[in-house]
Amino acid sequence: MKKEDPNKRRKFLSKGLQFGLVATAGGIALTKYLSEPAAAESEDTVELMTTDGTLVQVPKSELHDHSQAKDGYNVREGFPGKKFVMVIDLARCKNALKCQESCNKNHYITGENAWLKVYKMQDSEAAAPYWMPTTCMHCDKPPCVTVCPVDATFKRKDGIVLIDNERCIGCRFCMAACPYSIRVFNWNEPEQPEEIKNMPPNPDYAGMPSIKGTVDKCDFCPHMIHQGELPHCVTACPNGVFFFGDKYEDTVTNGAETFRLSELLKNKAGYRLMESLGTEPSVYYLPPVNRVEPFEQGLEFYDEFNSVKKTKES
Amino acid sequence: MSAYQQLVEELAPRKFSKAGVIWVIFLVVLIVAGVIAYIDQIIQGQVVTNMRDYALWGVYISNFVFFVATSFVGSMTAAILRLTNNSWRTPLVRIAEIIAFAAIIMAGITIVLDMGRPDRLYHLFINARLQSPITWDVIIITTYIAISFLILYLPLLPDLAILKKYYKDKPALSKWYGKLSLNWTGSAAQRKIQNKTIQMVAVLIIPVALILQTIDAWLFSTTYRIGWDSTNFGPYFIAGAFLVGTGCLIATVYIIRKVYKLEKYITDFHFDRLGKMLVLAALIYTYFNINEYLLPYYTTPEAEAKHLYELYFGHYAGMFWFVTIGGLLMPVIVLLFKKGRSPKVLFWVSVVVVITSWWKRYLIVTPTLLEPFLPIQGVPESWRTYWPSLHEWLITFATLAGACLIITLLVRYLPVIPVERTALEKGIISNGKEEQS
Repeated sequence: MKKEDPNKRRKFLSKGLQFGLVATAGGIALTKYLSEPAAAESEDTVELMTTDGTLVQVPKSELHDHSQAKDGYNVREGFPGKKFVMVIDLARCKNALKCQESCNKNHYITGENAWLKVYKMQDSEAAAPYWMPTTCMHCDKPPCVTVCPVDATFKRKDGIVLIDNERCIGCRFCMAACPYSIRVFNWNEPEQPEEIKNMPPNPDYAGMPSIKGTVDKCDFCPHMIHQGELPHCVTACPNGVFFFGDKYEDTVTNGAETFRLSELLKNKAGYRLMESLGTEPSVYYLPPVNRVEPFEQGLEFYDEFNSVKKTKES
Repeated sequence: MSAYQQLVEELAPRKFSKAGVIWVIFLVVLIVAGVIAYIDQIIQGQVVTNMRDYALWGVYISNFVFFVATSFVGSMTAAILRLTNNSWRTPLVRIAEIIAFAAIIMAGITIVLDMGRPDRLYHLFINARLQSPITWDVIIITTYIAISFLILYLPLLPDLAILKKYYKDKPALSKWYGKLSLNWTGSAAQRKIQNKTIQMVAVLIIPVALILQTIDAWLFSTTYRIGWDSTNFGPYFIAGAFLVGTGCLIATVYIIRKVYKLEKYITDFHFDRLGKMLVLAALIYTYFNINEYLLPYYTTPEAEAKHLYELYFGHYAGMFWFVTIGGLLMPVIVLLFKKGRSPKVLFWVSVVVVITSWWKRYLIVTPTLLEPFLPIQGVPESWRTYWPSLHEWLITFATLAGACLIITLLVRYLPVIPVERTALEKGIISNGKEEQS
């Protein structure tokens, strides 16, 4: 893995900076800029930051948005040459729950257990309480995948763990195996809108639709990555708690700020949940130190018994 | 009437008495109720159960484990006693084999009842992945069903031929027994093949039975869950299966002896032996329980300490002590006395052992799931506890009734005590040739 990285970077530069979604930290801004029709033929240049932090001028004509290129994309293989990671900065989380709201809405979650949870945590009596959002950890050694008897849940080369809801037999062994309790089961016929129910199921977009008798969970939003966008929770968070990115590019972004993953984890003493279990999660946490907002602010939104709002709106 | 005729007369299957008919109707009613509940579960989804995302397995799984454990008795008594030439086994083996066969069939059905998508059962075969313990389970359960059938069926052949003759005046029935006996004539060649096959199956069933129990345990211990993540689990399950299997055997033998009036063949001596076997099983199981529930107390991380506390003194304490005292302590103490091994007392001890064994499996499955690593938050309060719903009880009772019905029907149509073997052992016949009357 370590050896591969420099090669990847060289390739990245030599190819005239084809950029993938997360590779380019400010990728989203760029994509938007590029999609403006007027900018097409002029020899205007764009300023880009390479992965080692230097700024380069690149002619726009040299840019190709290869996040749109789906050639050879296999839903069980994932995005080639990527390894998606997330960083959750607990110091910034004040339980605003916009992430959960957005996740519930965009994945049409109708059950009673959200895929994205914000836990009220306190590690010991003397220690301060804090808010801890959890998504699927997309473990590199996923216990859920190991126990699945039919290969319905699978690990892709880009690090994402997904579920094929047309194959799942509903034995729930994966739920028993997951130490993070992030998997949810469709105990009844999901009350999703008709147009969602009629969609052809696609592991790339969990919840589109949810299927009775099968397991669902956070999918790291490959459907957003396809569009060159960040996962719903990342963009929804008003406090920039969630950072998403590619481990090979060593970059993560919350849409507004971009960091070198390795430095961020080093400087802020990042860690992973239950590291001792050896599941090797793809989600890193930054400790809740020097918090932006006091813990108590989040209590207003805290609901011990609800994570999916039951509203019949929209 | 010659001694032989009398023997056949006494051991041949008998029509149901009035009580027998009521018993069968009762079982069928339970099964029908369960089938209706299950159809409703299929239509509405498993929302009709009280399982939810935390208590993601419930009474179906613990009931499944109970059936798997019970099926162990077939190999224990049948194979081990056969291989060790314990001749006191003769009147008991067939009953043990019938129980094992019924239990493993119901285990196979029960596990499907728990599936969210039973319509995709075939995925287990077309998409099978070998690293999943469920795939191992699919392989071993189907194997065990086959072997249990063989070890029940092969020794039956001579008896089926005897029944063919016995029912001469009922041509239809006689024909069936004749067909099932595979044209058994008792020739030397047939005997040789039969003996060899039985011997082979008896040897084979022991490792298969041990593997079956172990894989059942591995369904749990291949997860990170507190209370399941134990290297002790395989032998712990084997020991538990030995206990519940013996308990079931004793209870069933007692009832059959009473209904069929077989006191002449199944004597107090047999119960004494079975009682000793039950004590042995209870002692071995106690040993593993100490390993599982007492030893961890010394080095428990916080979460495991909480798990144990809930069992000893907390939410599950009542059930835990009922299971521990009733299922382990009581049988050992009562059966130490010779009077405790008399048929009637032993029967009631066994009934308690079987009931506590059922709840024991419930205690293995449920508390662990409700003690996840991360706190239970953001879900309705009712999700923090689990107690089976009406649907779950109806379906579970239907499976238990199903096992009883299989046993009842087999007992109705098969000689529960091997006829030919008994005749041979009693010296009524020799070399498989019956004496002419």
